Amino acid sequence: MKESIPEMIRVSGLKCAYDDSVILKNIDFTVTKGEVFIILGGSGCGKSTLLKHLIGLYPPADGTIHIIGKDLVHASEPEHVDILKNIGVMYQSGALFGSMTLLENVRLPLEEHTDLDMHAMNLIAHMKLSLVGLGDYIKHYPSEVSGGMQKRAAIARAMALDPEILFLDEPSAGLDPITSAELDDLIRRLAESLGITFVIVSHELASIFAIADRVIMLDRETKEIIADGSPKSLRESHPNAKVREFFNRGKLDRGKQSTMDTTKT
Amino acid sequence: MNKEASTIRLSDDVSGKTRLIVAGELRTESIADVWGKARKHLQQHKKGHFIIDASRVHYCDGTGIAMLADLLLEPHRNAQLKIELEGLQAPFQRLLDQFDLGHFKPAPDSKPDTIPMAEEVGRTTSAMLKDLRMLVHFVGESTHGLWQAFRHPSKVRWKDAIWTMEAAGVNALPIVCLICFLIGLIMAFQSAIPLKQFAAELFIANLVSVAMLRELGPLMTAILLAGRSGSAFAAEIGTMKVNEEVNALQTMGLNPVRFLAIPRILGAVAVTPLLTLFANFMGLVGGWVVYASLGFPTIVYINQIRTAVTLTDLWGGLFKAAVFGLLVASIGCLRGLQTRIGASAVGVSTTRAVVSGIVFIVLADGLFSVIYYVLGI
Repeated sequence: MKESIPEMIRVSGLKCAYDDSVILKNIDFTVTKGEVFIILGGSGCGKSTLLKHLIGLYPPADGTIHIIGKDLVHASEPEHVDILKNIGVMYQSGALFGSMTLLENVRLPLEEHTDLDMHAMNLIAHMKLSLVGLGDYIKHYPSEVSGGMQKRAAIARAMALDPEILFLDEPSAGLDPITSAELDDLIRRLAESLGITFVIVSHELASIFAIADRVIMLDRETKEIIADGSPKSLRESHPNAKVREFFNRGKLDRGKQSTMDTTKT
Repeated sequence: MNKEASTIRLSDDVSGKTRLIVAGELRTESIADVWGKARKHLQQHKKGHFIIDASRVHYCDGTGIAMLADLLLEPHRNAQLKIELEGLQAPFQRLLDQFDLGHFKPAPDSKPDTIPMAEEVGRTTSAMLKDLRMLVHFVGESTHGLWQAFRHPSKVRWKDAIWTMEAAGVNALPIVCLICFLIGLIMAFQSAIPLKQFAAELFIANLVSVAMLRELGPLMTAILLAGRSGSAFAAEIGTMKVNEEVNALQTMGLNPVRFLAIPRILGAVAVTPLLTLFANFMGLVGGWVVYASLGFPTIVYINQIRTAVTLTDLWGGLFKAAVFGLLVASIGCLRGLQTRIGASAVGVSTTRAVVSGIVFIVLADGLFSVIYYVLGI
């Protein structure tokens, strides 16, 4: 009998709204263990809003969110903290603490949530930073390193507690292609070796094709999920032209335009 | 999802090597005890050949990998030890192999060295001199900016100046009036007791009017301005500096002092004397409340004030207020422009704006006292 893969995230009938303005509605999906799950869509479609609901920053207007079987929406304060210990989040800007060195930034969650001694915490923090290529910058402050390095340090901080789910908001944006490829490689390795589940908001098609197991695409007009599947299947055979166009980087549109130009001449 | 605990035990090998058998799941939340014991075992043995047997490790997260790396790094700290790792499952071995342990230098556990006193003194002196140089530079730049504003008034951002007048003046009116009313009231009460001993309560009006118009009206207004508006200027400009908006202005060819500081300075200079007028009036009203409660009619209070103070006292006070306004706004803007990077930098700038604003107000007040004395005002 085939062993079933545990469900890490279950979202049912989610509606996201700011006051009376509905951003997303009828959002349903599940994410299984070890899956690299990408949230995709055009600017302003609500990708980051969905991510902020998934990590419990905003309460949903309607619907439920279960993280590792626990109801995030109706969790009590201690239950909420327990859920948060199992997730790591990397914000788009990095959101590192400016008054701490990179090592101290990564060490902070370990200091607050584990019984490890300083020697162990320093070593773990140092190794996490080495993993993202910042082993030589442990004593630097965020203001002393580049934006891309801050982003990598933020990923190291998100991984500090070895969470079961990592939420990354645009991890590749602003990184050079080599670092971006290394990061993709790291994500795949962590997903395969440790079974870490990744939920990633991303625009980078090259990165999506390299790492994604599954992609959902949000639409600004309908405010719903318009596509759900592997990136390859969405690009090649999705019935919605908007989805195919997105995956082909607007080639369809440009193709149509050039055909029209040819007709004119 | 049940998580298995991790365990560790020692066992002697037939070949004379010591086996350190690690078993279970090496996870962040449950590894602290095992890690401590493993290090203790290795540190107790000054020399020897150890084999870490990880064949019974079912799961190993990043912290588990860090523990194994730490144990394998022990020979770097004690060359008499030899340590090998055996039996780690391939996926976990791949994670460990990401680190080049031969060249990995772990971060030191100790806190960073404290800076020697001589170096600290040198650094502080250098910082003070740098601050002074920036102050001189700013005074020069803002004087030039004010001169340009005088020559070409149409180039001044009057919208910002009027906004400053509203924020620093109109919005500050209630608090300035309340504080100065209470100051006048308290001063009159406090002076009533000793003056009564000499049957000189009549002169409470003289004391309150001279003190308010010449000294306390401008001084209290300026101190409130430093607390309310000087800090606000520093925070606004500081946040712009942190967000690189000041850099954006510079790259657009706009002078931040002319663009950000001059409208605020002009607004503050215009509004401080007006606020002081209200402060003086409310101080006198506070004195009148005590005067009336002692049984003196209002006309006596007014007559006493007219004999005690002249228009020169009023103008002298208002001129001082304008200078205080100039100082508070300039220092607020300067501290804002000096803001460094990071969230705490804005807080530091705000504090510095208030503290140095008040220090400069008091210094200038002392200077005015000497000048007015020499001029016979």
